[in-house]
Amino acid sequence: MKLNEKSVAHYATCDSPADHVGFLRKRVERHHHHTHHHHASSYQRRWFVLKGNLLFYFEEKESREPMGLVVLEGCTVELCEAAEEFAFAIRFDDAGARAYVLVADGQAAMEAWVKALSRASFDYMRLVVRELEKQLEEASKTLAACNKSPWRSSSSGRKRHLSNPALLPLQEKPAILENGYSTWGSGGIPEGAACPDHDGGYTKPPPLPPRRRSAASNATGSPAPSLFSAMPESPVSPETACFSKLHSWYGQEIEVLRREWQERQKRGHP
Amino acid sequence: MRYNERELLFLARQPAEKAAEILMRLPKKGSGLKKRLVKLVVNFLFYFRTNEAEPIGALLLEHCRIIKEEGNVFSISFVEEPERKYCFECDSEEQCEEWIEALKRASYEFMRRCLIFYRNEIQKMTGKDPLEQYGISEEARFQLGAQKP
Repeated sequence: MKLNEKSVAHYATCDSPADHVGFLRKRVERHHHHTHHHHASSYQRRWFVLKGNLLFYFEEKESREPMGLVVLEGCTVELCEAAEEFAFAIRFDDAGARAYVLVADGQAAMEAWVKALSRASFDYMRLVVRELEKQLEEASKTLAACNKSPWRSSSSGRKRHLSNPALLPLQEKPAILENGYSTWGSGGIPEGAACPDHDGGYTKPPPLPPRRRSAASNATGSPAPSLFSAMPESPVSPETACFSKLHSWYGQEIEVLRREWQERQKRGHP
Repeated sequence: MRYNERELLFLARQPAEKAAEILMRLPKKGSGLKKRLVKLVVNFLFYFRTNEAEPIGALLLEHCRIIKEEGNVFSISFVEEPERKYCFECDSEEQCEEWIEALKRASYEFMRRCLIFYRNEIQKMTGKDPLEQYGISEEARFQLGAQKP
């Protein structure tokens, strides 16, 4: 199977920040023809660079190209019972796959590596992003409810309607956004009908983490002609359909606020 | 460069974020458009010959540029070689746009930027670091200052 190796190598060596780096001794894997063969394990010291869900290793710290790559998906990291002290292993869910046994310089280094590698998967990052996204929405709602938002340019002391908490922050908007949301209904959450559509004049919503895979999965590997959609288009419950639009709506507001914040930063205001 | 191909093949069999049969052209000179099953799993785009179980190739989607080209086509290229494009011809403009959106969000680096943005916004709003409760505030991957433009 081909891989865009040149680009991968470039990613490894470019100056984007690494998540963890250091020397580790890597166990050399030999082919065992007999189950009870006892070979004294040998280890080679390599320079390791962790970026995202990819663990690169270089022959030397100064090497300009990685020697190898370990894709850290579908794996667990555990301390292991090797003859070496401070050893840990990367083991894969794929049953027949061989593990990578690595040895750190000391207890602290070992713990730091195990922690960093355990959190390296794409799914873990996605989980944290989703969680923060949720928290941001909640924080927005809370702030709107308390009328303490620092970005309100018009301090009008308008009363907040507490009848529908979910709708709450959408009724009171900073002056700058008001003309974009005239389509928003004032009742409860509409069943999909009155959700504001993306206004052409607005910038894209802030980045949304990729959605969970759809139910129809491709576990067997045999290619299926059907389409797997990232955004479920199917008519799920109206609340869900509406939530994603609600979600996008928040996103637009956040994008504007973020730009305002950036502008203020540029002007030197805290 | 060595890599755990077996693990990549295993990854290619996992549930996809998005998959479809799309006409694909490799950046190699003289390459034609070929129908491929294209499958997005985490930050890798795998492509298979239709009706084959193993992908013929994989693209790591970091530091790449996804561009809408003419005629329901999008291309993927990488920062160090922007003229070398993998082209994908979709059935419709809608399909094309969906793929572009999905691919733009498929990189680890993209998620990292989201996270840092949210973290910062929450901190501004609440005065608290949202990662503290999970004990991961100090993790290098979540640091604000570490990011380069």
